[in-house]
Amino acid sequence: MRQSNLYVILFAIGLTVVFGGALSLTSVGLKPLQDKQVELDTKKKILGAVMDISTIEDPNEILNIYNERVQSTVVDINGNVVDKDEKGNAVVAEKVNIQKNYKLDKEERLYPVFTFLNESGNVEAYIFPTFGAGLWDWISGYVAFGNDLNTVMGIAFDHKGETPGLGARITEATIQQRYVGKEIFNKQGELVSITMVKGEGHTGLSQHQVDGMSGATITGKGVNVMLASYLECYSAFIQKTKSQQTASL
Amino acid sequence: MSTEVAEVEEQAVALKVKEPAEPLLSKRRRRIVSDPLNEDNPITVQVLGICSALAVTVQFKPTMIMSIAVIFVIVFSNLITSLMRNIIPNRIRIIVQLAIIATLVTLVSEVLKAYSYDMYKILGAYVGLIITNCIVMGRLEAFAMANKPYDSILDGFGSGFGYAWIILVVAFFRELFGGGTVFVGTPLEFDVYGSIGGLLGTPLQTNGIMVDSIGAFMLLGIIIWIQRTKNGYVEH
Repeated sequence: MRQSNLYVILFAIGLTVVFGGALSLTSVGLKPLQDKQVELDTKKKILGAVMDISTIEDPNEILNIYNERVQSTVVDINGNVVDKDEKGNAVVAEKVNIQKNYKLDKEERLYPVFTFLNESGNVEAYIFPTFGAGLWDWISGYVAFGNDLNTVMGIAFDHKGETPGLGARITEATIQQRYVGKEIFNKQGELVSITMVKGEGHTGLSQHQVDGMSGATITGKGVNVMLASYLECYSAFIQKTKSQQTASL
Repeated sequence: MSTEVAEVEEQAVALKVKEPAEPLLSKRRRRIVSDPLNEDNPITVQVLGICSALAVTVQFKPTMIMSIAVIFVIVFSNLITSLMRNIIPNRIRIIVQLAIIATLVTLVSEVLKAYSYDMYKILGAYVGLIITNCIVMGRLEAFAMANKPYDSILDGFGSGFGYAWIILVVAFFRELFGGGTVFVGTPLEFDVYGSIGGLLGTPLQTNGIMVDSIGAFMLLGIIIWIQRTKNGYVEH
C-alpha cells in the first residue's frame, strides 16, 4: 500500500499543504518585525553617512535621533518634489526602493533626498542615496553633502558580494574617510563628481580625487560610475536648492 | 577478581535494561553523539559540508550563528524524518527529506531576518544553502530513516556539534590572522593585532589570504592532518 501511486500522490499533497501552511503562517506572523528591521537598517545607513552611530546599541535611540534630526522629500530628475505616485498614493522617501528605481530610466526614477538638521533646526547636510554595480553584485551608498551642496561631509557604502579584503573594503571607515572634504563641483561650477583613482598610496590628489583600493580597481570604477551618474541625476535639485539659498540670503 | 565481578555486573545490567528500556544515555547512545565529534567527524573525516565551512568562517560571530542554525536544522529534520519514517513512501523519500530540510531552513532564515537583521545580511545566502549541506541530508538518509526519534535527535546533536566545532576553530584562526581580532561583535571582542602593535610601536600587517577561502582550505587541511595523525586514520 505504501508504494501505490495513489498513496505517493496523496502523501506528497498532504506534505505540501502542511509544510506550506506552516511557512506561510510564519511569514505572515514575522512580517511586521521584518519590515521594522528593514526600516531601521535604512535609517541606520542614512544616519551613518553624517554621524558615527556604531556606538549606539539601542535601536530605539537611533530611530529617535532619526525622527528628530532627519527630514525627507522625494524629487524627480528635474528637481521637482514628488508627493504622490501614479496611483495617487503618498510617496515616502524611506520606503522608496533604490534598487527597483535603479532599473528604471533615469527620467522615471524617484530620487529621495534626506536633510539632516543641526540642533537649532538649520540644514546641516543633504544626503543622497546612490546605487550601482560593483564587480560581483550591486553596490550602494549614501552620500552626505554640507550645506553648500558641494563638500562631502560623509559617505556610507554598502555592497552585496564584493570580494572580502579587496572590494568589500568600501564599507570600511578608512576608505569612506577619504571622501570627506572632497568637492564635486570644480572652480567653474561644473559637476565633476569624485573619482577613485587606480592603485593605492597616491599623494597630491586633487579635490575631486580619492586614493584607490589596491586589488579592487573594478569595484572602484563601479563606485565612480555610481557617484557620477546619480550626482548628475540630482544636479537639477542641487541647482534649485542653491538658487533658493541665495534668494533667501 | 574485582574486574570480573564488574564485568558480570555489567552484563547483568545490560541484560536487565535491554528488556524494559535502554538507559537515556547508554553507551551506544553516547557513541552516537561522540563519534561525529572526532572519529567520524562530518567535515574532517567524511569531508562533507566543506562549502559552508569555507564561506561563513571569516569571522567568529557569524560562524556561531551559522552553527546554531545548522544544529537546529539537523536535529529537527532528524526528529521529523524519524517520526515519519514508517509512512514516508520509499520512492519519494529523498524529496520528502528535502522538503523537511527546506522548510526548517526557511523558518530559520525568516526568524533571523526578523530578530537579527545584520546577521541576516551577512549569512542570508548561506543559511539558504544549509538545504544543500550534505551533512544534513546524509544524516536523514543514513540514520533517521532507520532509527527511533530519540536516537535520531542524539545523532543530530552529534553531527551538528561535530560540524560546529570545526568551523568555529577555523573561524577563530581566520579572524585572528585575517582581521587581527578575536570574537568581534561579542562581549569578548578584543583587538589582538592592535594591542600587540601598540606595544611594539609598529602596526602589525594582517594576512589577506586568511580572509579569502584559500585560508579556510589551509586551516581545514591542517586540522585534518593533526586529527588523522592523532587518530591513526588511513584512507582505504
